[in-house]
Amino acid sequence: MHLPILSILIFFPLLGIGLLLFLDRKNHKVLKGAALGVALVEFIFSLPLWFNFDSGTAAMQFVERHEWIPTYGISYYIGVDGFSLLLIMLTTFLTPLCVLATWTDIQTRVKEFMICLLALMSGMIGVFVSLDLFLFYVFWEVMLIPMYLLIGVWGNPARRVYAAIKFFLFTMFGSVLMLVAILVLYFHYGQTTGVYTFDLQKMYGLNIPFHMQYWMFLAFGLAFAIKVPMFPFHTWLPDAHTEAPTVGSVILAAVLLKMGTYGFLRFNMPLFPQAAHYFVPLFSILALIGIVYGALVSMMQKDLKRLIAFSSVSHLGFVMLGLFTFTVAGIQGGIIQMINHGLSTGALFLVVGMIYERRHTRMIAEFGGLATAMPIFATIFMIVTLSSIAVPGTNGFVGEFLILLGAFKSNMLYGTIAATGVIFSACYMLWMFQRVVWGEITNEKNRDLKDLSLREIAIFAPLILFIFWIGVYPGTFLNKTKATTDNFVAMMEKAKATQVTQSQVFKGEAQ
Amino acid sequence: MTLNIPTFHLNSIGPALILTVTAVVILLLDALSPKGRRKAFFPQLSLLGLAAAAFQTYLMWGTKGTDFARMIYVDNYTFFFYFIFILGTALTVMISSKYLDDYGKNLGEYYALLLFATVGMMLMAASAHLIMLFLGLEVMSIAVYVLAGLFREDPRSNEASLKYLILGSFSSGFLLFGMAMLYGAAGGTLYLDELPKALAGHSAFAQPLTLLAIALLIVGFGFKVASAPFHMWTPDVYEGAPTCVTAFMAVGVKAAAFAAFARVFFLAFPAFRVDYTMLLWVLAVATMTIGNVTAIAQTNIKRMLAYSSIAHAGYLLVALVSANQLGAVSLLYYLLAYTLMNLGAFGVVILVGRKRDSYLSIYDYSGLGFQHPALAASMALFMFALAGMPPTAGFVGKFYIFSAAVQGGYIWLAILGVMNSLISVYYYLRITVLMYMKPAEAELGPVSFSPAVTAVLAATAAGVLLIGIFPGSLYDLAVNAVKIFPGL
Repeated sequence: MHLPILSILIFFPLLGIGLLLFLDRKNHKVLKGAALGVALVEFIFSLPLWFNFDSGTAAMQFVERHEWIPTYGISYYIGVDGFSLLLIMLTTFLTPLCVLATWTDIQTRVKEFMICLLALMSGMIGVFVSLDLFLFYVFWEVMLIPMYLLIGVWGNPARRVYAAIKFFLFTMFGSVLMLVAILVLYFHYGQTTGVYTFDLQKMYGLNIPFHMQYWMFLAFGLAFAIKVPMFPFHTWLPDAHTEAPTVGSVILAAVLLKMGTYGFLRFNMPLFPQAAHYFVPLFSILALIGIVYGALVSMMQKDLKRLIAFSSVSHLGFVMLGLFTFTVAGIQGGIIQMINHGLSTGALFLVVGMIYERRHTRMIAEFGGLATAMPIFATIFMIVTLSSIAVPGTNGFVGEFLILLGAFKSNMLYGTIAATGVIFSACYMLWMFQRVVWGEITNEKNRDLKDLSLREIAIFAPLILFIFWIGVYPGTFLNKTKATTDNFVAMMEKAKATQVTQSQVFKGEAQ
Repeated sequence: MTLNIPTFHLNSIGPALILTVTAVVILLLDALSPKGRRKAFFPQLSLLGLAAAAFQTYLMWGTKGTDFARMIYVDNYTFFFYFIFILGTALTVMISSKYLDDYGKNLGEYYALLLFATVGMMLMAASAHLIMLFLGLEVMSIAVYVLAGLFREDPRSNEASLKYLILGSFSSGFLLFGMAMLYGAAGGTLYLDELPKALAGHSAFAQPLTLLAIALLIVGFGFKVASAPFHMWTPDVYEGAPTCVTAFMAVGVKAAAFAAFARVFFLAFPAFRVDYTMLLWVLAVATMTIGNVTAIAQTNIKRMLAYSSIAHAGYLLVALVSANQLGAVSLLYYLLAYTLMNLGAFGVVILVGRKRDSYLSIYDYSGLGFQHPALAASMALFMFALAGMPPTAGFVGKFYIFSAAVQGGYIWLAILGVMNSLISVYYYLRITVLMYMKPAEAELGPVSFSPAVTAVLAATAAGVLLIGIFPGSLYDLAVNAVKIFPGL
């Protein structure tokens, strides 16, 4: 008996939307409860994915395939491997927590909010499981709309529209170029093999002339680099994060950014392996700039959310650096770091959201001495901060360590520069933490702040569990990605060599 | 002297004939029925005629040939466009009656003219001879000139009508002039299927003459499809004409002009493909860019949609430039999708405009999202569809068009095209921004949902999603329809 688990995961939230449409818009508790129920059931549905996943093979699992537009070679083709499994689990794991986090935060237009959240969930899972380029593109674009609405409708009144449009246009800019590249790839595949298809797996083995790989890599790369976001395409991120409602920031940081890094792993590198090798210096250097620049800019932020947003640029730089080492350690580290960033940055945004709810400000200068007023909050905040800094014993350490291992193996210099990023991250996080939590209470308004409620603790408990689990015993998670990564590294290894010059590329001579 | 009348089958022009008869009946009833008791049933009667025409088209689907002394084609390409025209007209009829009632203009001649214009469109799509094409064009245009000026007391409507008439006559002149040149170059034939051979081997004079003719034809068609630089009339006419007529012009006239445009260029000038694609390439880029960039600055929803329709003409020109089978298929698919999404959008404009077009500024959409969720949601859907976001028909249409461009080797055209749709996202998004992210500026009062317009919105919204998510069978139909172009 094979249940189509992935299809259920994609379409169940849509069913949930159908349910929400019939509920009374005035009764917020019921709406939130229903959304929570849907998200929890979705999480339960995703559990078999985890337990039945065969970590011994690099092949796609839970595959479903149906013809969609047969004359065009488009099919509804979905599956999971080690790269996507963890990200899907992260998505289904975080969404119920996000719904819980809206309990007191979102008070207006709750129904629409929940509808957007569930639509977003469906779109995110769709992106991670698509194995057909057309299908992937559809999910990739569809998912923009609910996120755009989340930022634009429930965001910070002052600049939410600006941030929402900026988010939309930036992402769209990259993806329309990717669409052209997809089409070029499609017709190239059709002309060389005689079969017209958008099937990703079939395209993996295709021999593409280097000058085509070059441009297509850049077109795909731009779409994903904007999403990651890599320096210098990161400028939408601080705005989107700062203006979005708490839950929007959490989803944005935890899952949406990962679509960029995931896109590199799933599409850019395996489709255009020679070009990927060719571009290692460029992308590694951009990643390094991101690491250092993100950290330095974070340090000077006055707004907590902006600080965390820039720290994302830094952390995602680590992930990109790891992926572009093409070593097992680097890539496994990169994947685990994607999850870590999702957990710890998601948690940080929740933390900020909770004090924002109490104080209606996010300025660091407004706080100080919160440890006295809110001891539980301070403890949780500290754990999350340490995880973000990558202290040994927490999840961040495992990811960054593996990435640095891979980086040193492939290029000493890259590794050295990246290692400074670790130090910088300690600087800005600890300094922020010190100013917000330690010391005397400098602002009287902070004296009577209520500590976390049970609900809020319940949101953090699972996050903290996984922060330590990955930190202490990462094997559980690394095992799942091992086979896929080995296969991927071997594939990339084969494509090495070929020295080409720019002029060959522009003349279209490079093979 | 004996007059030789060729045999013909009235069946071949059945749909056009049905609509003509319906229109004449409406005119007669209007004239003969006593004052005060008329008009109520004209929309229903028109819909009945359209349904009969659609049924007749359905029965004819699959036949292939020519009739009336090879003046018209009877083939699936024609029928596909018949369906588009019938759909466009039917939806227009449905959004009209309440709107016209408010103006006291719900008259029989409106529906008769609408049907006559549709007949003209059908003849354009079917024409196998350039004179036939011209006749069809004029039947359509003259009806639309009058429709644009339907509100006689309104100066803007008068301006629209006059402007359209004068500029339209010029463009017809260009078209005719081009045909005359072609007649000379081809040595005395204007049959589309004879032209390629006739143009191939003649005097050295024929080549430049043909090129000139092609250029003039492009001017004539370019005017009707609202392509830059022949688009100047569009915003004024679209703004001044009654909203339902604007909708009709944006979908029907454009579709008809493209039907003829594609047929003439694909059939008659295979030897000149390089020349005309070069010209159309430039026009396509200019049209998309001018349409999209100018639309950003508009604050009147009708003007915005006018510029958006210019931009869409640009996308459709991309399909023509590609000049391959996929291009032709994408043209058909996109025109159908465009009919649905644009008429839906105009339906919303009519509803939000309320009595006598009181609210046509885009700022009147502020806060609509939470006052009238369903109305705003459908508008958002149409906007996203026009912007080309999945999972709507607009996305699939653009996807087909740009695939055709890439397949034809026009990668830069595809890149410029997608960049343009990025620009267009900005002004389509602005409507959703206003609807969902801005508070209402003033209490605008209730929207009166007339059942017919509501039905149009529901049907177009469902259609946009349905053929966006399941485009497969429509794609196959379109492939079937464009088999008539042997060279593609």
